Amino acid sequence: MIASDFTTVLPEVLLSLYAMLALVVFVYTGKDRHAVLSIWLTSGAFLFLALILAMGTPTGTASFGGMFIDDSFARFCKIVILLSAALVLVMGQDYAAKHDMLKFEYPLLVALSVVGMMVMVSAGSLLTLYMGLELQSLALYVIAAFRRDSAKSTEAGLKYFVLGALSSGLLLYGTSLVYGFAGTVEFSGIMAATSGGDLSIGLLLGLVFVIAGMGFKVSAAPFHMWAPDVYEGAPTPVTAFFATAPKMAAMGLFARVVHDAFGGVTADWQQVVAVLSVFSMFLGAVAAIGQKDIKRLMAYSSIAHMGFALMGLAAGTVFGVQAMLIYMAIYISMNIGMFALILSMERDGRPVSDIASLCMLSKYQPLRALCVVFIMFSMAGVPPMVGFFGKFYVLRAAYEANMAWLAIAGVVASVIGAYYYIRIVYFMYFGAESEPLDTQTPRRLTVILVASTAVITVGAAFSLFGIEPLAQLAAESLAN
Amino acid sequence: MENIAQDYLPILMLLAVAIGLGIVLLLAAAVVAVRNPDPEKVSAYECGFNAFDDARMKFDVRFYLVAILFIIFDLEIAFLFPWAVAFKDISMLAFWSMMAFLAVLTIGFAYEWKKGALEWE
Repeated sequence: MIASDFTTVLPEVLLSLYAMLALVVFVYTGKDRHAVLSIWLTSGAFLFLALILAMGTPTGTASFGGMFIDDSFARFCKIVILLSAALVLVMGQDYAAKHDMLKFEYPLLVALSVVGMMVMVSAGSLLTLYMGLELQSLALYVIAAFRRDSAKSTEAGLKYFVLGALSSGLLLYGTSLVYGFAGTVEFSGIMAATSGGDLSIGLLLGLVFVIAGMGFKVSAAPFHMWAPDVYEGAPTPVTAFFATAPKMAAMGLFARVVHDAFGGVTADWQQVVAVLSVFSMFLGAVAAIGQKDIKRLMAYSSIAHMGFALMGLAAGTVFGVQAMLIYMAIYISMNIGMFALILSMERDGRPVSDIASLCMLSKYQPLRALCVVFIMFSMAGVPPMVGFFGKFYVLRAAYEANMAWLAIAGVVASVIGAYYYIRIVYFMYFGAESEPLDTQTPRRLTVILVASTAVITVGAAFSLFGIEPLAQLAAESLAN
Repeated sequence: MENIAQDYLPILMLLAVAIGLGIVLLLAAAVVAVRNPDPEKVSAYECGFNAFDDARMKFDVRFYLVAILFIIFDLEIAFLFPWAVAFKDISMLAFWSMMAFLAVLTIGFAYEWKKGALEWE
């Protein structure tokens, strides 16, 4: 039992061992002189593990007595998490070097949070889930406040911590209710306890509390209030990280809980998730309109995107999960491109994040402005960019699950949201003249921006790089 | 029912002794001790700070570091006690799990030490 159990968690064990070993080695040798090495090593470790996971076949069985599940769904989520974390780490290096963030602990904290995320998406019981979630969150609280001499960064860290603790409390309260009424915290046990098709009121309450706790983590409205402040206050490389890997992990976790544990009572959680979805889509679309800070805008944009991903989940079908996975992969590839731009926004060597500073970017940086046009159109969901296909999948999932009202709400919200995405394009091409940004931008950010643009622009022609059958495989392994 | 009550007898006795000892000590202090009060002495003791003050004062972060260190090792002991008490009955897996836990804590401690978090100046 033990040996096979440890082979199942080998990637997580390797990554934790790497993080601990690197921590000790770096602190005893060169401390922050090795910060750049630390970034590249961690990135390399992420890529290596992604490769291992992609090459191997999932065991499909639950190990550690059902507490840890290794299936195609977990692997899909883990690979997306690892790849995006690796890219975001490398992206932030120039910013870190310029703004006194080049500490060797930063990549290692990211690595530890990634371990947490990997545990989250593989969770087979509510306790594993909580453990992964806390490991991820603790590391994220610290990196949110990583620039500890900046008032905004510490504020972001504290706010995130307080609201994260609140959400953990909700989640634990729900867990205890589920345990009380189902008699187990294991997903298979909960599934068996609810197989009759009706939920006792206690289990229902537990389910709602657990969903509320997870709603905080995916920043779905009405549990979104931490996101804008944390996105704005955290150092930009950290914001870029927040907007990518943790979102995938939280959505994976969400899907895991509702399908693996409560898959027998779809109708009961469907309405809750649908309400979260509608609130998030509209709040994200409407509240972003008045934003002047691009990081805040990206926070509201991510809330809206989470609403769309939740729409796929609300369908409650295999296709819905598949749509959600595709949507998240697309969302992350767009966000990496967008943050490659935001990371390079500087004036006189100081980072700026007001949207107005992008005015007339097209004049002095035509290539980057053009890339952002494509990304913005993709985010707004304009064909033939991949963002359109992401939305198409989730809308179709909702429609096929007889939730046409949800699909229509999604279309309306996406039209409203298009306004603020296209407003950025307007600023870049027709905005008022303003003091230009620094034109000296790190080459790697330009490369990533162009690469991300290329991926989201031609992705449709290459049938989304074959992600669709992979997502289908993942969704099927979850729903069974 | 009788058995349960009997099982709790040692706790009752401990309670009686604890309360009794507390009362005796308080009374002894009231009767025997020399009294020489001044304002500093009679004010509430709050870890070297004024008990009633503006909440927004600067506070040395090292206090927190020491407090957190204490909590971590306190928790470690809390885990070790039941493990040690049940040591005869547990499996090798339980033994190595605790060793892994201690190793992880030690890594954190080694990092903290080298980082200089333990030096007061």
